[in-house]
Amino acid sequence: MSETTTNGTGPAAGGLGVMPLSSARSLELVPKADGPQSAKDFKSDQEVRWCPGCGDYAILAAVQSFMPELGLARENVVFVSGIGCSSRFPYYMNTYGMHSIHGRAPAIATGLAASRRDLSVWVVTGDGDALSIGGNHLIHALRRNVNLKILLFNNRIYGLTKGQYSPTSEIGKITKSTPMGSLDAPFNPLSLALGAEASFVARTIDSDRKHLQSVLRAAAEHEGTALVEIYQNCNIFNDGAFDTLKDKVSAQEAVIRLEHGAPIRFGAPAEDGLGAKGVVRDRATGDLRVIDVTVEGTDEVLVHDARAASPTTAFALTRLADADTLHHTPIGVLRDVSRPVYDTQMADQLDQAVQQQGAGDLGALLAGNDTWTVAG
Amino acid sequence: MTSQVSSPIDEEHDPAVAGTREVPGTAGGQRAPGKETRRLERVIIRFAGDSGDGMQLTGDRFTSETASFGNDLSTLPNFPAEIRAPAGTLPGVSSFQLHFADHDILTPGDAPDVLVAMNPAALKANIADLPRGAEVIVNTDEFTKRALQKVGYPASPLEDGSLDGYSVHQVPLTTLTLEALKGSGLARRDAERAKNMFALGLLSWMYHRPTESTEAFLRTKFARKPEIAEANITAYRAGWNFGETTEDFAVSYEVAPAAAAFPPGTYRNISGNLALAYGLVSASVRSGLPLFLGSYPITPASDILHELSRHKRFGVRTFQAEDEIAAIGAALGAAFGGSLAVTTTSGPGVALKSETIGLAVSLELPLLVVDIQRGGPSTGLPTKTEQADLLQAMHGRNGEAPVPVVAPATPADCFDAALEAARIATVYRTPVILLSDGYLANGSEPWRIPEVSELPDLRVRFASGPNHTKADGTQEFWPYLRDPETLARPWAVPGTPGLEHRIGGIEKQDGTGNISYDPANHDLMVRTRQAKVDGIAVPDVVVDDPDGPDGPDGTRTLVLGWGSTYGPITAAVRRLRRAGGKVAQAHLRHLNPFPANLGRVLSGYERVVVPEMNLGQLAQMLRAKYLVDVVSYNQVTGLPFKAEQLARAIAELGGVSDLDAAGELDALGEQGRSKGQERTDV
Ligand code: SF4
Repeated sequence: MSETTTNGTGPAAGGLGVMPLSSARSLELVPKADGPQSAKDFKSDQEVRWCPGCGDYAILAAVQSFMPELGLARENVVFVSGIGCSSRFPYYMNTYGMHSIHGRAPAIATGLAASRRDLSVWVVTGDGDALSIGGNHLIHALRRNVNLKILLFNNRIYGLTKGQYSPTSEIGKITKSTPMGSLDAPFNPLSLALGAEASFVARTIDSDRKHLQSVLRAAAEHEGTALVEIYQNCNIFNDGAFDTLKDKVSAQEAVIRLEHGAPIRFGAPAEDGLGAKGVVRDRATGDLRVIDVTVEGTDEVLVHDARAASPTTAFALTRLADADTLHHTPIGVLRDVSRPVYDTQMADQLDQAVQQQGAGDLGALLAGNDTWTVAG
Repeated sequence: MTSQVSSPIDEEHDPAVAGTREVPGTAGGQRAPGKETRRLERVIIRFAGDSGDGMQLTGDRFTSETASFGNDLSTLPNFPAEIRAPAGTLPGVSSFQLHFADHDILTPGDAPDVLVAMNPAALKANIADLPRGAEVIVNTDEFTKRALQKVGYPASPLEDGSLDGYSVHQVPLTTLTLEALKGSGLARRDAERAKNMFALGLLSWMYHRPTESTEAFLRTKFARKPEIAEANITAYRAGWNFGETTEDFAVSYEVAPAAAAFPPGTYRNISGNLALAYGLVSASVRSGLPLFLGSYPITPASDILHELSRHKRFGVRTFQAEDEIAAIGAALGAAFGGSLAVTTTSGPGVALKSETIGLAVSLELPLLVVDIQRGGPSTGLPTKTEQADLLQAMHGRNGEAPVPVVAPATPADCFDAALEAARIATVYRTPVILLSDGYLANGSEPWRIPEVSELPDLRVRFASGPNHTKADGTQEFWPYLRDPETLARPWAVPGTPGLEHRIGGIEKQDGTGNISYDPANHDLMVRTRQAKVDGIAVPDVVVDDPDGPDGPDGTRTLVLGWGSTYGPITAAVRRLRRAGGKVAQAHLRHLNPFPANLGRVLSGYERVVVPEMNLGQLAQMLRAKYLVDVVSYNQVTGLPFKAEQLARAIAELGGVSDLDAAGELDALGEQGRSKGQERTDV
């Protein structure tokens, strides 16, 4: 077996290749592929074992065909997951990967990303994994802003354990564990993420490959933690959960497609070619609401600003959707702001320490200042 | 009148170890003529006061002075879990015990010769531990009616004769400190706070301690507040001068450096947690792997997090996680990426980390889990010591999840134990649990500083290319193809081209690492993981048995311990041997796997006594594995064993019948003092 041996004179000379300079932009630290790649390069030899028709297939295909666009060396890409149907994802990617334990993927990925800035680290998780058992890790990863891309497959049900309600299931949902209807109020994952100081928050849908890939692109380019909620159909235990958003006709009224710098319009086209409905700010309450856009009213329609320093408007957008009917569900990038990235700052502190005090001298450390000598 | 009588002979000196020592000058001014100086072989001092009185700092300083003077020493800090328990109450008492000697010692001592009591609560909480005749220095300023009532003294013990058996020094420490700081311009409150330094100065005078280091320390500590630094130094010097001038202190004591106790070398004083942190940094340097610590604050482990966070220039990354689970999760992620990954915690934290330790067993990645044990169950006694996590370390996971377990024996040994744990983790690609405890963590002792080149070579090999040839001749990488010798799987870190692979907690096929639910494969993998841990090379356990077990007059009794009981057990064994008893002693550093010769050692003795600070966890493991009828001796008080108590227990349980006389054992106990025949203690 071919092996390389680390150098026992200190970690600076360790076997991890050249440690990247800190302060550089995250994606620039990840080595590029030698030549062009195709989706096939990212397919592992493992047989995919989701239920036929599961939305996960579409997401996998979208990710595999998107990755070549980034042009990263495959060996520097890592997918980390927790437990659940979606968490099988890493097995199907021909990159490095870890299928870990329930809820802990963000924590594990944080350690990896913080210690290896030359890697592009992706977390794949589900609504139960990320929001129930792993809720704590998710919110702390977001506030820390570690360089992670978190793909949250939300199917609003527990699939792998065969159909219990999840923390995103609607109130009153009849499942195996709630025969008389669920009593829990659901989380809105994007509201939660914004409350947790997330610097990048987006939503997309499994069946809309183009949109999904555009969101992945924005997430990959983002510095820090990116949370992408992907509505995913579980055709076995919660089939049709997002049909309202997928059916061409109902989607017109239900889906609000957000684009940075564009007025927030949706619905059947008005005379100006944009949607007949618009999102405006209520002067009295400051809240957002949906109106029918009249010719004179177009100025009032809110222009989407994903870069706004304050998350309040993004939060208000997440609250437009009705948890039961999904009407007025915004998709796209709700927030994409720049703020200090944890692993960059961690590397900076290491560099700073060396600059200020010199590289570590083990002999001097062990000796300390307060010694005495016993002569032989 | 004093109880501190020195004995002419010292039976503890190990003639094999010899050396001369350069003694730094004892500063602090000229000593007045006419005051008597006596030589002692050893002294046990306990500083006790309110949590806010700075007793830990006082003890630390006295320890530092004593270490630099060259005595052998051992310390026992003892403090409440509350940061500031109500002032003046019994639960708020904080203490620091220090044992120092002109010879090699092993424990912080059973009973103090001197108690410094800063208030009535400190006196009440500690007086029962003092033998009659011991010296007591009390701060009389604090013995007010209210303070006495608070702790339930109906009358002042300074006046009601209850302290008649002791040599009591009544010193108005607060008043004297305030007087000394009159011109300093400090507010009364601030000036009062320097009274611990007054007490330290007095004790430093009494025991001829060098004073420069404390003055330098105070200047550095209060560098930003020079007036506070000066006030503390003034109080410290005032305490020293008070001893010199007052008639109440007629005698001062010298305890010569323990020249013979130390092999030649350069020494420093070190606590267990500091030694452990240094061991981890050393393991990082010697392995060439960057150190990554994922940790969540918990007593008594947090000091390791604090310490390691100061060593960024060694490339050390410290990550304070949102919880215990994230702390080990992040460490495991870093291990996957090729770091020397560590998580530090105490028992409750290990409970939370169990599932991730199991994942590390399944992933077969190197990971150090450091458990600084404390009193349990649940929150238990956060600041007290215990050894009751052994079975948790061995078995606290779902499924068959064997984990190697290593335990340091003394504070300084935490350094070597950390290196050993790192060796096992990296060579065998496995999580390793390092079981220290509160006593080792906070206790300290002199440590011979090793040369970097003496430290073990921990370089590791990362996989760099394929390791398997398919039938069609193409090469591929199998993440679970093992080294035939160690059974370790390859460590292939992300960033290595061609070795892309996926690992996870689901059972995997032998070799390929692909998901496998095959019954026979699972059986094989479970047995292979067990065989890997069972096969870890660990050194044989060494038996100290001067008489040997053979022959009609051979030793019949073995005392076997593990972890921090090393000091008290060794001290107890020395006492028994001095009384003519034949006792063999062995101490385990490796709890999993056990040393290969352990079974043979156990069967060589008629009786095996196992003292533990739990209800018999090692005993249970020994009985299960070796079918040996070991005898447990247990204590779970949150405090370490006392040597005398242990000596009696071993004699009784171990059937050590060949003692010179029944009375001889007594002479080794505290009663020895009242006869004026101080026997050298350990
Ligand atoms: S149970 Fe649902 S989510 Fe899971 S694989 Fe089947 S369809 Fe997909």
